[in-house]
Amino acid sequence: MIRKLFDIIANNAVPAVFIIISAFAIPLSGFSASYLVQELLTRIGRNSFLILSLLIPIMAGMGLNFGMVLGAMAGQIGLLLICDWGIVGIPGMVLACLIGTPIAIVLGIFCGHILNRAKGREMVTSYILGFFINGVYQMVVLYLMGWIIPITNPNLLLSRGYGVRNAVSLSGIRAVLDNLIPTIITNPEGAKQFLNINGSGSFLLLQLPFFDGAIRLPLATFIIIALFCVFIIWFRKTKLGQDMRAIGQSQSVADSAGIPVNRTRIIAIVISTVLACYGQIIYLQNMGTLNTYNSHDQAGMFSIAALLIGGASVSKATITNVFVGVVLFHLMFIVAPMAGKNLIGEAQIGEYFRVFVSYGIIAIALVLHAWKRNREREAARRSLRGNKGGNA
Amino acid sequence: MIKNFIKNAGWPRIIIALFLLALFITAPFVGVNVFTSFNNTVVRFGMNGIMVLAMIPMVQAGCGLNFGLPLGIIAGLLGATLSIELNTEILAKLAELGEQYKISWLTQEFLTTYREPIGFASAIIIAIPVAAVLGWLYGKLLNRVKGDEMMIATYVGFSSVSFMCIAWLLLPYKHPTMVWGYAGRGLRTTISVEGYWLHVLNDWLALKFEDTVKIGDKVLDVNLAIPTGMLIFFAIIAFIVWIFMRTKTGTAMTAVGSNPEFARASGVNVDKMRTISVVMSTILGAIGIIVYEQSFGFIQLYMGPFYMALPAVASILLGGASVNKATILNVIIGTFLFQGILTMTPTVFNSVFQTDMSEVIRLIVSNGMILYALTRKVRA
Amino acid sequence: MSDNNNAPLLQLDHIGKEYYGNRVLSDISFSIEAGEILGLVGENGAGKSTLLNILFGMPVISSTGGYEGSLYLDGKQVNFTSPTQALAAGIGMVHQEFSLIPGFTATENILLNREVLNGSLMSYVFSERVSTLDRDAMKARASEAIKTLGVHISPDMTVNEMPVGYKQFIEIAREIDRKNTRLLFLDEPTAVLTEQEADILLIALGKLAKSGIAIVFISHRLNEVKTLCDRILVLRDGKLITDQKASGLTTRQIASLMVGRESLRKEEPVEIPDEPVEEANVNDALTTTVKKKKKKPALKVEHLWVDMPGETVRDVSFEVQKGEIFGIGGLAGHGKLGIPNGIMGLYPAGGKVRLFGKKLTLNRPRAALGRKMAFVSEDRRGVGLLLDEPLDWNITFTAMQMQGRFLIGIPHIFQLRNELAMAKETRKFIESLSIKCTGPNQKAGELSGGNQQKVCLAKAFVLRPDILLICEPTRGIDIGAKTLVLDTLKEYNKEHGTTIIITSSELEELRSVCDRVAIVDEGKIAGVLPASSPAEEFGMLMMGEKLRSALAYTE
Repeated sequence: MIRKLFDIIANNAVPAVFIIISAFAIPLSGFSASYLVQELLTRIGRNSFLILSLLIPIMAGMGLNFGMVLGAMAGQIGLLLICDWGIVGIPGMVLACLIGTPIAIVLGIFCGHILNRAKGREMVTSYILGFFINGVYQMVVLYLMGWIIPITNPNLLLSRGYGVRNAVSLSGIRAVLDNLIPTIITNPEGAKQFLNINGSGSFLLLQLPFFDGAIRLPLATFIIIALFCVFIIWFRKTKLGQDMRAIGQSQSVADSAGIPVNRTRIIAIVISTVLACYGQIIYLQNMGTLNTYNSHDQAGMFSIAALLIGGASVSKATITNVFVGVVLFHLMFIVAPMAGKNLIGEAQIGEYFRVFVSYGIIAIALVLHAWKRNREREAARRSLRGNKGGNA
Repeated sequence: MIKNFIKNAGWPRIIIALFLLALFITAPFVGVNVFTSFNNTVVRFGMNGIMVLAMIPMVQAGCGLNFGLPLGIIAGLLGATLSIELNTEILAKLAELGEQYKISWLTQEFLTTYREPIGFASAIIIAIPVAAVLGWLYGKLLNRVKGDEMMIATYVGFSSVSFMCIAWLLLPYKHPTMVWGYAGRGLRTTISVEGYWLHVLNDWLALKFEDTVKIGDKVLDVNLAIPTGMLIFFAIIAFIVWIFMRTKTGTAMTAVGSNPEFARASGVNVDKMRTISVVMSTILGAIGIIVYEQSFGFIQLYMGPFYMALPAVASILLGGASVNKATILNVIIGTFLFQGILTMTPTVFNSVFQTDMSEVIRLIVSNGMILYALTRKVRA
Repeated sequence: MSDNNNAPLLQLDHIGKEYYGNRVLSDISFSIEAGEILGLVGENGAGKSTLLNILFGMPVISSTGGYEGSLYLDGKQVNFTSPTQALAAGIGMVHQEFSLIPGFTATENILLNREVLNGSLMSYVFSERVSTLDRDAMKARASEAIKTLGVHISPDMTVNEMPVGYKQFIEIAREIDRKNTRLLFLDEPTAVLTEQEADILLIALGKLAKSGIAIVFISHRLNEVKTLCDRILVLRDGKLITDQKASGLTTRQIASLMVGRESLRKEEPVEIPDEPVEEANVNDALTTTVKKKKKKPALKVEHLWVDMPGETVRDVSFEVQKGEIFGIGGLAGHGKLGIPNGIMGLYPAGGKVRLFGKKLTLNRPRAALGRKMAFVSEDRRGVGLLLDEPLDWNITFTAMQMQGRFLIGIPHIFQLRNELAMAKETRKFIESLSIKCTGPNQKAGELSGGNQQKVCLAKAFVLRPDILLICEPTRGIDIGAKTLVLDTLKEYNKEHGTTIIITSSELEELRSVCDRVAIVDEGKIAGVLPASSPAEEFGMLMMGEKLRSALAYTE
């Protein structure tokens, strides 16, 4: 009983610590509730899809897919091309996805094969693979684009005539998905004012009686995310999902039962990579600018940190973990610099603090996972003797 | 025969070696001064050599590639900054000691003449105990997570670097050359070591040539400055590591890496050996970064040490090491090849394509090499 | 049931198998009818597992050149090259090790990779794998399979919460659920069950057989084999010794058939007796042995338990006299290997071990080695050797670390390894044990099995031990090397008076070298007998039969 209670606390220690940190940091930051809610909604819309793409490899026992940056890069290549071709709006986004998909599939298959050769150290390998493909990506974007791959839009290219600029404006597709179904949440009072200013018609107004201020809700993005959640729930129920769970728990048993282990692992990685590609496109349509050489890097680290903060581990992650994680992680992200400034007079401290937390939380999650696994191994050995004899 | 050689060396190593060879062959034709490039390679070899050497103990003890090198680097940075912060105090204290114990050679004159080497030595002397403590804790941690060392090492490195970012801002450093001028506190991102211990090793016994050589109808300036002191220092440290690996403890450590079960059955305390190896790696990392800084001229704080493990890891692998076997020779060959590529690519590519692809080449070469090593089958 | 009513369900015709010139099976012919229960017994290495591998189409067979003879299923010749083909043909197998997924429920495990799927459009477009699972149907099927076995296990219980016995039932239920299963192989299914559970299982198997499924039952518990089976086959040294009605055999006869090969000691031919050996004789022999060496015991073990995976020791007590060669035998998996490994501190252990009257600290290899014990592990490549290091490292490393030899310098302060001394010592052993190698610098991993074993012996000899513990000294090495290794041990014992404890699966080997042999059964000592005792006495002990004569000398 006490042990069970202890387990519950231990299993949720990470989210609990973050709730406590936030409880102190929110008042310190001095942000208003409506500002925080607005920021959080934006960030949930922006990041959830990316984080959700991590779930399937975890299910297949491949750990945190640090290789998701491969998918992010595929998505960025799609975005760069549609920018060059000047295709805007939803068609632009869809086209970017269509371009990104085959690239992500190829990268995913490559990644899957590599990881099958490095069983037992998938994480470090996928992590290094991210760097390696980053090199290839830079080669393509910085040297081949505008030279071998035709890029005509001078706004994209560096002044030397080839290679893409460091920052690319995605004005053509900025927030097109977020604003596809424009939605405002406000109180009846605010709604009246709003209608007076903007006139009726083009906005979906949600009225909450005791709500202070007005908030934009990226409804279409949320719908996409909800669909994705449904997909994951459905996927868990399929034969393929069941096979992945089996492989995740014991590759040898799954193999002897005739499940094609290596192939299934590759499928898991391919799905994750393709979804990460879409996730990155959704992320960047919200941001509106593409940081050609950095965006994907951060996507990986922040997604993984958020998932872990949500209470997931290297071997188990749920949809709940994703949303709890994205809320807590970004809450800290929003308030930390301000809180740092108000506390010590140095916003920089808050900046570093959140970086430290992101890395620290990943380190702790990895340590706990390895520790637990090694202890379980010992317990399994002890249990073999059973209760037949022995006086330990 | 050739097939065997390729199998033993591994195709990535051969491709990279051929690539470097191609760079050296092309260089003179595109107007790159091979002598300068070679000189640069030697200097960078000396700068990075000890950090690559830091890989050996952990690899040999079976702890894998030390992606946690930034931890050692942090200890080195603490040593470096403290040696500047406390420079005057240290010199004063030494002078006082000289008087108190009547040490005839420890005069004010001696202290003035050797101010810079003393500063350098004090940086190392401060860094070593810090590295030892950090390494000991880090080693204890790695013992609990056997099998996942590399990934955890990476993130221990990252989180310690980001933790130190906060610390660099808050630690009560006062020295005017190191803190931000406007705030009067918080260390700067880069701190010059000029006037403290800039090039103390590089300039020690340095060999300098200035001449011109005629190759065909081209006249090349030969302007060489071989950092003999730094190379000697590297050689000394390498020799210490070499000797250590031949002691009873070093032998036990190698056996632990080769087969921990064998070592345990032979009465070796596996965890203790692993901890010792991690402490050694961390200390070597600390010394390595100080040597690097004295040549580079600046102490890079904050996110500076972040990715410093990757080139070191790539170098030793390039030199022929595997995830669980590494020798001094691997370090020397690997560092030379890797730094050779880093020096040659920008110059040669600049001359040929009028563009600098070195960053991309570095990413692909170093990570490709690590990837290759990770996908090799090794005994579990 | 079958197309051809006259043909037996499965027929083996002159099946034989060689691994790299090493014959493990020869001329096996028998058949099995539908609904029949066949008991298959034999010692370790008798060829049981090879036979199963052939029948089940394990890749290890085809990758080593296939097998001789032919297999007929329903009168048609078959040749399985993968387990999937065997499964498709209706052959099911329950292995000794559990092949279950711990976090899955009973239902999910029983139907692993045979899940009931909901049809959907997606499955036509893509593949079956994107159909969802029909959990209700799955549960119904799993419940039915469990019910057939006559046990009550909730189909929703996850495997990691189950007691060991349940897991075994789930394994069997999985095979039963396979609708086309007609022939079921069970490899030691009762080993992990309590007596009560075993009874339930036996009844369930009887029912299964009545429904027309043929069963091949492999067990070391001869009682069970005799009660359950219609016919009993005895394998020995890769040959089929007996194929007869179970009713015509006593357990003692089965035991003697199993172990009763021609003794290595030519002067003591062992015949198959029909009546029990006179206990008095055995007792006499024992008393004299013991009297002759009635000194302080070199090693006294009391209530030892060891958590060695696969070789768990539960409660073991015995004594070894100084200068004696003591054997520990028994079937694989019963804990004989756990005893020396536990004494040496390699696996978590408890109980009392006394060395020349003084207590030995357990769980610390250093303590055991410090008391002048040396150990040769059964796991040569995993524990015994540094495969990537040269021979001189392998041979001298333990002595260097434990006894400070082969070092130069100041002890505890600065000591370098003395490579000259290491090479010299190694050359000495290369010569005396005639290890085939290029020299002390060759990597241990490059040697053959027999030579590696000699290196392991050399490593132990270098320590100049008072007590030498050796596990499986001849496993995986050729005949010539076998004799040399055993002779070396005997000689060493004679020359240095070293107490030697040999653990081996090969009973004949133990009987030819040792003074006394203890037999371990299910983690406990079944009995200790003088090596000269008739083979079937040992056989009975291995099969879990208690012998009064042996028990008397366990203390």
